[in-house]
Amino acid sequence: MMRPACIAACLAIAAVCAQPGTTYAVEAALPDDSVYQLDAMLVDQFARPLRFRDLRGKPRLVTMIYTQCKYVCPMIVDSVQAVERGLTPAERLRIGFVLISMDPKRDTPAALQAVMTTRRLNPAAWTLLRPEETGLRGIAGILGVRYRALADGEFNHTTELVLLDADGRILARSAQIGGGVDRGLLAAVRAVLAP
Amino acid sequence: MITRRLLMLFGMLSLTCAVAAADKAGNWVSLPGDVFRSALELPDVPDGNNIPPFELERTPVTNGEFLEFVRAHPRWRRDRVPAVLAESRYLSHWTGPAALGLTALPEQPVTWVSWFAAEAYCRAKNARLPTWNEWEYAAAADAVRRDARSDPAWRETILAWYSRPSTQPLPAVGADQANAYGLRDLHGLVWEWVEDYSALLVSADNREQGAADSLKYCGAAALSMSDRDNYAVLMRVAMLSSLEGAGATANLGFRCARSP
Repeated sequence: MMRPACIAACLAIAAVCAQPGTTYAVEAALPDDSVYQLDAMLVDQFARPLRFRDLRGKPRLVTMIYTQCKYVCPMIVDSVQAVERGLTPAERLRIGFVLISMDPKRDTPAALQAVMTTRRLNPAAWTLLRPEETGLRGIAGILGVRYRALADGEFNHTTELVLLDADGRILARSAQIGGGVDRGLLAAVRAVLAP
Repeated sequence: MITRRLLMLFGMLSLTCAVAAADKAGNWVSLPGDVFRSALELPDVPDGNNIPPFELERTPVTNGEFLEFVRAHPRWRRDRVPAVLAESRYLSHWTGPAALGLTALPEQPVTWVSWFAAEAYCRAKNARLPTWNEWEYAAAADAVRRDARSDPAWRETILAWYSRPSTQPLPAVGADQANAYGLRDLHGLVWEWVEDYSALLVSADNREQGAADSLKYCGAAALSMSDRDNYAVLMRVAMLSSLEGAGATANLGFRCARSP
């Protein structure tokens, strides 16, 4: 009984907020424990700039890589793809997969685009991001990734697959790379995608 | 009349600004940079790290300075900062969210600050946190030598501080003898955040290093100490490597750096 009234009220509010020329803050305040509280700028594989918090809006599985990486990072992408394969087509429409580079010097949008192509990543679901250099350590910090750039261009780094809810709260993480899908992580992903 | 008063006011303002600028300039120390060998074993740079010239603040950031920052950037007040950027004990030694009180004197080094807060402070000053390499290089100097690390007597002095109980209130910044560059309080007052705190992939217990760590750290081994007698550096690194970016402790502060 309450529901139609509530929907009507919501629509009315949305209509007011959506009036052209107004600057109402339509989006609710970010939760205190949202990683999107971090101010950071990035560009995606299409060279479009975005704020870290623009990723808000749907659950995302986020990890950090560098595209020159020969050994471990391809396995990290494998691990994310293993989760993607574990989902139904309907579930896949509701989640985003995000790879953030820890090597912004070399991971240009073109380099990120090349990974999209060679790994056959669906651009509707996958976002590859190059952070601004000054914001990189902060993004890694908020995701719990530790890294050190080596003299030869490689990186020493920890691996984290981090599951965020639509508001950027960390729901689950996995450090498992290789050896198929992390079943615990997959279960957490399916739980957040459940209608 | 009004014009004259305004002019006077402007004159005074610009004088104030000039004094403030001089103070600020006086707080920066230029370091020439060098090829520097860390006490950490860095297999990728066996001959040492090339550290370009940079500037470092003479003393750690104080409660008074951090209060100014918090007032100008209320997002970093302890009652407004998001939990992901600073843990619950952030600035907990202050009387209020924008007031120091008797337990946090203006000239004492600020502590209970997270990495994110320290980074934001330096960024607001058009500066940054020093890297670990820069910090270690600056802190290798004693009063007369730029690299006193091999002197057992100097090592003893530093270690004596680490073994001192931390129940006493912190002294004011700047009371320590300046080192060869003119920097103060790198040892003996507080521990300091560095920009790449999370690059120090070292086990808290140096003996634990081995296959497990190599796996955890993604195909490359964790760092280890090449200079095992340099306990002071090992303790710093172990402490920093155990921290999360939102973490804060009673003895951890920071100072800013900038590139010329």
